Amino acid sequence: MAAIKPRISVEFAGKATIIRFTDERILEEKDIKALQESIMSVIEQAEQMNLVLDFGNVRFLSSAVLGLLIRISKRIYEHDGQLRLCNINPKIYEIFKITRLTKTFDIYKDVESAAEDLS
Amino acid sequence: MASNAPISCSIVVDSKPSAVDDVCEQILSKLEENGFSKDDIFAIHLTIEEAFLNAVRHGNKMDPTKKVQIDYSVGSDKVEICVTDQGVGFEPEAVADPRYGGGLYKPGGRGLLLMNSYMDVVSFNERGNSVHMVRYKEKPRLTRNQDQTQI
Repeated sequence: MAAIKPRISVEFAGKATIIRFTDERILEEKDIKALQESIMSVIEQAEQMNLVLDFGNVRFLSSAVLGLLIRISKRIYEHDGQLRLCNINPKIYEIFKITRLTKTFDIYKDVESAAEDLS
Repeated sequence: MASNAPISCSIVVDSKPSAVDDVCEQILSKLEENGFSKDDIFAIHLTIEEAFLNAVRHGNKMDPTKKVQIDYSVGSDKVEICVTDQGVGFEPEAVADPRYGGGLYKPGGRGLLLMNSYMDVVSFNERGNSVHMVRYKEKPRLTRNQDQTQI
């Protein structure tokens, strides 16, 4: 497992790339920019990316992170890839529900179910 | 032990995103002292972040010479927070709902929706550069027995 800065860890499982957020709180603009750079650099490594974003460690985030997810999804879908989110705790899932992003993103219970038919 | 009188305070900070950390720390510690639940604290924390970043980014246009004023009052039953920037203001009614149409796929524009969702009262002054928000302490859920009418 490779660590990129202290913000994410990356794991490759068959055709799926699993990015795990390592921070509990994702709030500050500079953190979100750093995250975006890290994740985009992973996405650029494959022609068609099947990406699973694991929120298991995340306990708090702001709407700026939702913007980051939209930008990531656009980049992935442009290259016919797939994006799945998983391990989202109930309080954060509520934010996705309020903003109706549950309609936009494929959200799974855990990494295993998210990566299952991508492997 | 917290007294019953609300704690009121006014803070003026530099208009930069990182300045919200101290503001949150100060208000959230008062909420804990007054027995607000974890759900309340999560909601209020999120709301302060969103309101403050709106003030810095959209109100003060990232101008580091400007300030953001936060007035708050924490009581035993509710918290009131007012965030004021030095911008020209905006019309909240003119903000598109990010849940529908193209808004769903835009990276921004969800802060106001979250503020409205997590607070019981959200209102702006006429100029539109100051938001006043109230959240009442989460009430304990009624148990089945408590719910039954006593005869």
